[in-house]
Amino acid sequence: MTVATPERLAWVRRILRSRWGVIGVVAVVVLVGSSYLQIPWIGDLSTWLIQKAPPQAYIFVQYAVPIGFGALCGLLCERSGVVNIGIEGMMLTAAFVAFLAGAYLDPVLGSPWAAFAAVFFGIFAAMLLSALHAWLSITVKADQIISGTVINILALGGTAFFNQLLVSTSGLQGTRTLPKIQVPDQIADIPLVGWLINAVFNQGPIAISLFVFVGLLHVLLWRSRWGLRTRAVGEHPKAADTVGIDVYRTRYTNVILGGVFAGLAGAFLTLELSNSFEDGLTGGKGFIGLAALIFGRWTPIGALGGALLFGTALTLQLISRIPSSAPGGPLGEWVATVPPQLFGAIPYVLTIIILAGVVGRAIPPAADGVPYDKESRG
Amino acid sequence: MTAEGSAAPTGMNLDPMTLLGSGGRRQQIATTILAIVLGVVLGGVLIIVAALLQGRGFLPGLPLEAYRAMLDGSFLCAKGFAKDAWTCKEGGLLDLKALGNTLNVATPLTLAGLSVAFGFRAGLFNIGAQGQFLVGAFVAAVVGSTPILTGPLHVVLALAAGMLGGAAWGFIPGLLKAWRGAHEVVVTIMLNYVAYLILNWLASSQSMFRDPSASLPRTREALPDAQLPIMIPDTKAHLGYLVALGTVFAIWFLLFRTTLGFEIRTVGINAFAAKYAGIRTAFIAVLTMSIAGGLAGLGGAAELLGVVKGYPAEFLTNYGFDAIAVALLARAHPIGVVGSALLFAALRAGAGTMARAADMPADIIVIIQALIILFVAAEVVLRRLLPGLRRRKTAAPAAAAA
Repeated sequence: MTVATPERLAWVRRILRSRWGVIGVVAVVVLVGSSYLQIPWIGDLSTWLIQKAPPQAYIFVQYAVPIGFGALCGLLCERSGVVNIGIEGMMLTAAFVAFLAGAYLDPVLGSPWAAFAAVFFGIFAAMLLSALHAWLSITVKADQIISGTVINILALGGTAFFNQLLVSTSGLQGTRTLPKIQVPDQIADIPLVGWLINAVFNQGPIAISLFVFVGLLHVLLWRSRWGLRTRAVGEHPKAADTVGIDVYRTRYTNVILGGVFAGLAGAFLTLELSNSFEDGLTGGKGFIGLAALIFGRWTPIGALGGALLFGTALTLQLISRIPSSAPGGPLGEWVATVPPQLFGAIPYVLTIIILAGVVGRAIPPAADGVPYDKESRG
Repeated sequence: MTAEGSAAPTGMNLDPMTLLGSGGRRQQIATTILAIVLGVVLGGVLIIVAALLQGRGFLPGLPLEAYRAMLDGSFLCAKGFAKDAWTCKEGGLLDLKALGNTLNVATPLTLAGLSVAFGFRAGLFNIGAQGQFLVGAFVAAVVGSTPILTGPLHVVLALAAGMLGGAAWGFIPGLLKAWRGAHEVVVTIMLNYVAYLILNWLASSQSMFRDPSASLPRTREALPDAQLPIMIPDTKAHLGYLVALGTVFAIWFLLFRTTLGFEIRTVGINAFAAKYAGIRTAFIAVLTMSIAGGLAGLGGAAELLGVVKGYPAEFLTNYGFDAIAVALLARAHPIGVVGSALLFAALRAGAGTMARAADMPADIIVIIQALIILFVAAEVVLRRLLPGLRRRKTAAPAAAAA
């Protein structure tokens, strides 16, 4: 960039000097150009990304919310050195308890309030299970994978048992779903940003809170005393202990707080997305959350990105055969031939690739999964 | 897990003490029995609570009735119990039909449980038994439904093919572990889903595999020659259980009577020491995961060739997950696997009768199963309940941790 440019165009120069700036400019040019020229394949993708995907983005977000909360639950646990594969079970239990609480509270509190109150019951249930996980993996020093497995089996059996005992036989109906914010068309139609506002805010309260929590955790994890302690305990508990950080307490706090997020994920499924419960409702969303966490390299924003990507992949499974939602042209024809199961497998395959380090290796916190023993000399 | 990843010897994720149980064998057996008793007692309490929730009032006798029905549905012929009349024929003590069902459930549980236990021995947590089980079942279905051989050789070939399929699926996490240090737990969780989804697609929409006459999508049925023959006449018990017992013996021999088994167990107890002693830890990790995958795959093949016959696109089975519970209760010992698989199989096979007798959802047995392994996991806590054994715990863990 030796050509002298006027001072008021300095921002252009700055963009063109940074790598991401150049990539962004090229991407925009390719997107708009190929879409306008209707080039097959690339143009189809661009048209879909520019025209069809943005109005549907709020659906992608809906799919991403339980995954994202699951990832945040894993984030709090693993950053402090406790592996949690029981997220799935915590989520499932919370979903069931929230559903049940909503159904029972409905006659007492009335429609929206019963659902709001039920959210706390769901959170409480998940916190109880995560307290069990914390006790087993921190105090008892049982193997953390085993503890998580126990929680998953317990949750699967327990929810199925009580669902049949209390719900299926009595025909209990869930309370109405949490009210959604309706984004007015004038705002949703604003060019460039309207769709983004729509995607984030055309949601219920739990979904919106995900974005708040991700932002909050991002700041807290790197800028607060809690965050520093958490990371220290997760990377090198002995060193943390030496400088006076209570390793056990930090881990307990984090694992139980993680339960809050698993609880929100569950409550989202039975109080916001739908108002019914069925056996095995979570269907692996807790495990995809774990995948999103790894994909996002154990950071809150990365985990949200992973959740959005995986949520989109799962949505594609549904919309790939609907012409009004899927891409057009040869790309659309090809997408319609891709078996939906393969879209479903994308999150898992991507996670394995990331773990294998083929594209940028994912490295967990150093003390992840290692029980801390105050008296050991390790 | 170490930050250096692949630089460190593999197989260091599991604390052998929590898995294999510290202390002597007597202590292990005592805590295991205590865990089972506590699980069963708590399950009984749950039955009483559930009856209260159902509005049937306080029924303290209900758990006994339920457990009796469970035994009845799984192998016993109990007298004076109304709902068992149709299962028992000649007034013997053993209900062969019910026992046959139990053995059929025990077959995949034993093999898949052996798979998880084998991984434990090398310090590897094979959560992927479920996926390897599915792959084994699918491959066995494909080979079994293709007329390649006739006679008993066909079933042998189908079983072997299923085992190889499972081994291939177990090889992937083993390789990624040894080569890149990728944690086998996460990789196998992901591979479980990948296996389910890909096989679902192959069985439902690929005409090469799909049975055109089946209303629910599934693969073609295994040919009669490729099916496992019935072992006890007039029951459904197939030969798979004998295959499973033979495999248990082979694995026991491999682990405790061969050099390779010694190397595997050494890596499981202390991978750093094993590497220092010249054991190829990476090779052991790959081999262990492959063998574990093969065992789970064999379980899938036996289940398919003995029970389901054609691979259903939506194969809703939990054997691969229950296998984790089996291996934990068995303290990763092959012989223990036989016992714990039989226990969980009896619970499963008797769940229906139990549910009918107690008028309660059959999922109660899943809760009992989870409670039992919860107590196994919290073994340290249990040990405090066993005063006679408390003093013995100091010596052995120190030796294991050295």
